[in-house]
Amino acid sequence: MGELVVDKHVKYILSVEKRKDSFESVVLEHLRMNGVYWGLTTLDLLGKLDALDSNEVIQWIMKCQHESGGFAGNIGHDPHLLYTLSAVQVLALFDKLNVLDADRVANYISGLQNVDGSFSGDEWGEVDTRFSYLAICCLSILHRLDKMNVEKAVNYIVSCKNVDGGFGCTPGGESHAGQIFCCVGALAITGSLHHVDKDLLGWWLCERQVKSGGLNGRPEKLPDVCYSWWVLSSLIMIDRVHWINKDKLVKFILNCQDTENGGISDRPEDAVDVFHTYFGVAGLSLLEYPGLKAIDPAHALPVDVVNRIFFQK
Amino acid sequence: MHGRPRKAPKPEDLAAFSAKAEKLRILQSQFLSNHHQKIYTREAVELSAKLLEINPECYTAWNYRKLAVQHSLFESNLDPDAVNSIFNDELLVIENALRQNFKSYGAWYHRKWVLNKGHSSIENELRLLDKLQNVDPRNFHAWNYRRFVAALLNRSDEDELNHTQDLIDKNISNYSAWHNRSVLLSSLMKKKVQAFSRKDEVLIREYELVRDAVFTDEDDQSGWFYHLWLLDQTVKSESPLLTSSWPAHGSDITLSGDRYLDLGSSPFNTYHFDSGSLPLILYFNQAVEGVNVSTVTVSSGFNVNMDVIWKPILLNNSKTSHVWVGQLKLPKVELDSLGAYTLEVTLGHSQGIISSGGFHYSHPSHFSFTVHVQPAKKEPVDGFGSEKISWRDENFHIYEPDSLESDLALPLDHLSIKNERELSDSSWQAKIIDEEISNFRELLDCKIGKLTLARLLTARDALVSSDKSIHSEEVLRLYSELMKLDPPHSQFYKDEHSLILFEKVISGRESLLSYCFRYRNLTSSSSSNPICLRLNGLSLSRLGSFEKLLWVQMLDLSHNELRSIEGLEAMQLLSHLNLSKNKLGSFTSLESLRHLKSIKVLDISYNEIGAHSVDTTRYLCSSPLSHSIGSEWDGSEIVTDGVSLVSYWEAFFILKGLKLTQLDITGNAIADEKFTAFLAEVLPALKWLDGVQLN
Repeated sequence: MGELVVDKHVKYILSVEKRKDSFESVVLEHLRMNGVYWGLTTLDLLGKLDALDSNEVIQWIMKCQHESGGFAGNIGHDPHLLYTLSAVQVLALFDKLNVLDADRVANYISGLQNVDGSFSGDEWGEVDTRFSYLAICCLSILHRLDKMNVEKAVNYIVSCKNVDGGFGCTPGGESHAGQIFCCVGALAITGSLHHVDKDLLGWWLCERQVKSGGLNGRPEKLPDVCYSWWVLSSLIMIDRVHWINKDKLVKFILNCQDTENGGISDRPEDAVDVFHTYFGVAGLSLLEYPGLKAIDPAHALPVDVVNRIFFQK
Repeated sequence: MHGRPRKAPKPEDLAAFSAKAEKLRILQSQFLSNHHQKIYTREAVELSAKLLEINPECYTAWNYRKLAVQHSLFESNLDPDAVNSIFNDELLVIENALRQNFKSYGAWYHRKWVLNKGHSSIENELRLLDKLQNVDPRNFHAWNYRRFVAALLNRSDEDELNHTQDLIDKNISNYSAWHNRSVLLSSLMKKKVQAFSRKDEVLIREYELVRDAVFTDEDDQSGWFYHLWLLDQTVKSESPLLTSSWPAHGSDITLSGDRYLDLGSSPFNTYHFDSGSLPLILYFNQAVEGVNVSTVTVSSGFNVNMDVIWKPILLNNSKTSHVWVGQLKLPKVELDSLGAYTLEVTLGHSQGIISSGGFHYSHPSHFSFTVHVQPAKKEPVDGFGSEKISWRDENFHIYEPDSLESDLALPLDHLSIKNERELSDSSWQAKIIDEEISNFRELLDCKIGKLTLARLLTARDALVSSDKSIHSEEVLRLYSELMKLDPPHSQFYKDEHSLILFEKVISGRESLLSYCFRYRNLTSSSSSNPICLRLNGLSLSRLGSFEKLLWVQMLDLSHNELRSIEGLEAMQLLSHLNLSKNKLGSFTSLESLRHLKSIKVLDISYNEIGAHSVDTTRYLCSSPLSHSIGSEWDGSEIVTDGVSLVSYWEAFFILKGLKLTQLDITGNAIADEKFTAFLAEVLPALKWLDGVQLN
């Protein structure tokens, strides 16, 4: 194990943009908006956001916006909450939220709330607590949380709480660390963490750490770098992160780096991608790894960006 | 990319990949063009199927197929055969996509969408699921889909419960099956379905089942959380209860202060009365709402209407609270004449107090106490609270009650309110837990065995309504062993250890009295010698049992390992608090202070405030970030010369409403000159900062 190879990761992220013709990038074309968010947030955490032209990115983002106000994963695709949050987050990174008609975006989002308080991901009606998080986080960044029925949204999330303290996609769904992040994050942003049994969930989450030091997403599953984010941020939001061994997790993440070509993978020696590079670096930031900007565990943006949104009026 | 090995592709593979990529790219761009032009010909629709077979995650293509279905339904004139074939085509495309990616959200949702249209056979779906779940019994998409199908088929919860039983019999470490079992069982018990109406019988059956899982492979986590749930179901009382109060039942409260004579009564029951009202504190075992004049009656010998305004101690945007405070305005006439007045408090006689879980307070409770008043005609003197407090050891003297005081101090033993209903219910619970305790004594060579035993013993002690914890020594030993056995989680066990230790220390008269000290500053002119509870240097990492500490006004928690003071907001009488030399990492970890309006003297020196880039209480604290403060805050309120709120918002929101006269903050990373200047601005009443008198 070595240190975090910052320059190699920066080079890797910048190169992904250029390799548009690989099979992977074609397969993932529809979620490029997420990719841009993962890549650019990583760059910002590494202190290298200025390595690319922000105007070009912003122009591309705005080409993904639909009349409805929602954003698509790429030009020509349909709008969805998944990409609307990413688009807003990237604009926040660049301090360019002013290019948006915030009310239009907010109307798109609040229009997706159902009578039971849940959210559909788009007009086709799939319901999932992931979408509740996306809607809440996005409206929070836009200072438009009052556009939705927060009380009902919170009650729906609470109805997805399980006896192990975790949360599922819909009522009755099994607890999963990614889903827990979404629900805990949504409750955090709405001042509703009193609905979480912090000790019970904290124990479930800290038991995600396996012998190698890595974290898995559910009991009896393999560890994966992406859970460094989902599990850690949840543990931080409920003030139980000291229940895991941070040093061992740092080592696990660093072991998943491609020290030659940059990038981070799910497990040591696997192929790297932007998704895991982001979750690895964000995880290290949550572990207070030296030299990285701090990241906000609920809004999933650097702390300075979030503080700018909320305290610099 | 999950689980794909990292290696440079061979040149011949590279060519194949790039051909594949090219083919997919052409498909995608043709598809998007069809989509934009709303072309739903057979060829166009088949092209989307081809695309989804290679890339099931292309969500826009699933949207397109829904539009295409709507289009063909319109064209079909709703001819039954045509309609059937339209939906069958969709089911086929989905199956192909799932074969490529079993975890495709888009494919699973499309299937739900098709089924919801009501033209396809549902019976096939369970067979398909059985096949898929055989391959991957933990796939949560399949499980979610199963719940959906079961609802469409009107399958009973009992049938689905049997299905989980089958899966558990097949593979005892199927966490997903255990999970679904907990969901179904919760619903069956709630509905009180025939075979599930006796909670004790259900629980005994389930304990037996999960014991098999835990004892078969003690490292397999599948049964761990299920067992803990059963234990919670065993001990949890549904309706809320009053656990303790201040003043405590049967206590004699003496008012002190400028206008009253010191009666030489017990310092435990002396209340410094300077605001004209006496607080009443109610502590419930669950967070409740609905405490008000109609649900709580306060009557007195004054023979006047006691209109008490009750307020909850609300954290974040909660509407319910464990702690409710009422301000009792004592009539002026009574305050000016010598006397003793008995007050009675009753609650639960009418509905209205409701727990966050929706249960009503249903056991009428009652407590009473006496207030002693002896007015004095004297000029106000500089009393306790207006001079500098020093927390040095030499100012504290172990409390030795004289005979009179020992009688008056007795309410310490009556802090908790006994509830008869709770006791009579607990016999089957005790039996179940005793059985589990003896089982788990056989599994002491592994961590889950030790941990479960510790939890069972703690639960057993809690069933006995007394201040003595019979098993606390054994539980403390178990947690110490766990810290060594499972080092990565040692802080978890340490926190649990700390909670038990804390309760042990403050429970029972003998123990508690040995931590009670008289504060007496020899250089001071004040004649008041208040009681200080000194729980310093116990290496506590966590606090609890606050219901037993409602009386405390002066508290020393210095030299511990506290990261947070969560729960301390219950101690509404606190006026002096020492948290020096702990591990507090931020101002947000002091959220409880916002609710302690009596705090005057605070020592948070030598902590870690400002030393961490990650703030673990950032969202547990009320602030614009959590949308729990903000509407009334316009941001321009503060911002002194050159100090932007961005840097100090945490301190601002925590300290703003406090009337601190003395604060010690030195020894924290944040405490530089700029910050202390900011403090003086936020705390105008401050007289002493880090031992220095302010102008």
